Amino acid sequence: MRKNYISLFDVIGPVMVGPSSSHTSGAATIAWMARQIFPGVPTKVTFTLYGSFADTYLGHGTDRALIGGALGYRSDDTRIRHAYEHAREAGMEVVCIPDHETEVNHPNTVDILMEDDDGHSLLIRGESIGGGRVRIVRMNNIDVEFTGEYSTLIVGHLDETGTVAFITSRLANHQVNIAFMKLFREDKGKKAFTVIESDEFIPEELSEELLEYPSITSVDVIEF
Amino acid sequence: MTDFNFRNTAELLSLCKEHNMKISEVMLSREILLGGVTRAAIMDQIDECLRVMDGSTNRASEAPIRSMGGLIGGEAHMLHELPRSQTICGSTMHKAIMFSLAVAETNASMGVIVAAPTAGSAGVVPACILALHEDYDISVDVLRLGLINAGAIGYIVTRNGSVAGAEAGCQAEVGSASAMAASALVEMLGGTPEQCCHAASIALSSLLGLVCDPVRGLVEVPCQTRNTIGASGAFTAAELALAGITSPVPLDEMIQIVSDVGHALPISLRETGKGGCAAAPSVCAMCDGCRE
Repeated sequence: MRKNYISLFDVIGPVMVGPSSSHTSGAATIAWMARQIFPGVPTKVTFTLYGSFADTYLGHGTDRALIGGALGYRSDDTRIRHAYEHAREAGMEVVCIPDHETEVNHPNTVDILMEDDDGHSLLIRGESIGGGRVRIVRMNNIDVEFTGEYSTLIVGHLDETGTVAFITSRLANHQVNIAFMKLFREDKGKKAFTVIESDEFIPEELSEELLEYPSITSVDVIEF
Repeated sequence: MTDFNFRNTAELLSLCKEHNMKISEVMLSREILLGGVTRAAIMDQIDECLRVMDGSTNRASEAPIRSMGGLIGGEAHMLHELPRSQTICGSTMHKAIMFSLAVAETNASMGVIVAAPTAGSAGVVPACILALHEDYDISVDVLRLGLINAGAIGYIVTRNGSVAGAEAGCQAEVGSASAMAASALVEMLGGTPEQCCHAASIALSSLLGLVCDPVRGLVEVPCQTRNTIGASGAFTAAELALAGITSPVPLDEMIQIVSDVGHALPISLRETGKGGCAAAPSVCAMCDGCRE
């Protein structure tokens, strides 16, 4: 979880699968976060790599790191090296597409499209911003911004009056202190995500309570 | 409670003096204070780092591992097989440079390593402290404190300077790692906190201006052999400092100098893979076919 000082283990660490904190460790973390958000188990994952990711992904094992993350492996898991084989065994189809043309805001950017046989699909755009740290900047067609460095609650809902008040009141009931909160929306009255970052762990019961509210469609929690 | 949250070497040294502590003990106190964690919890995490470091130093020396990019692989094993009669570095430094090759090889083949301070420079610190631990009568506790000492120097460099090749070149990566290792070696051999800082400053000054020029943008060439130079430079700097030789430039100033020199480097020499060794025709020809 995030600290507001440079810790001993920020310098001696992270423990990670090589060779690059940005191109390998960060890539695994982005895909791991996408897997935490995806409902269920993806059967097909398409990675579109941009910028430096597109240029040097093979030599940095960025593709294997992404696939490993999509399989639920953390960035220090040695199974990443053989991620293609593990994906095949798990029945997860993977496609890596380097895109050298599209302009992106950060040189280490990837789009991850996860799909399953029940018609679920999720598009996540992530940036690997250095030292293994990452930022999620898009979910489906909505621009968002969160890092996963805090306990993160992602609530998908319709942009309707009272929804955010309901979310915060539930958080207060569970004594979860909000560090940061942002609402990201497609358009007024349409789909939105409220992202809440907290220093504390987010209890499981909270997700169930939130899902009872009519305009709330999805609740995801990312805890490292 | 005393404020152990030092911001630079000058404050670190004054805390060492005030409390009659080693650098590692001050760093440990800072971590306990700011992290709200126990000494035992920190030591558990240090042990986990040492366990991973030990694995990454040994695996490649025993058997060659081919890298992802295909530029390196097997170098640690080759050094392991070098006949004793042809070793000119002495047993401990020989071991250290072999370990540093091994970590770089492990890293480049998607093995598990501990970034220290970065993945590209991850071979230097474990190579030095583990080689010393193996060859000298040094307890595990001193080894742990050695790693924490290295962390203290790395923290100051991270806070006031740079440890990113893209920002300040390899001097910020292998240079910083070499400074961290030099300081750790001095403390492990009974040197004073001042001697630790002189060793770190000498190590940094020796690699001042070192560019970051990875061939094909990969963490392989010349990163792997640079790690050996970082390690051997740390041994030399530590030996000088233990003999009482000092750096006329204090460590805080040296850290700033590294940053200034780094920012003066052209962008082609800062991890873009466009200058230095990366632009040499021969090494590029070497890896034909490593992409698609």
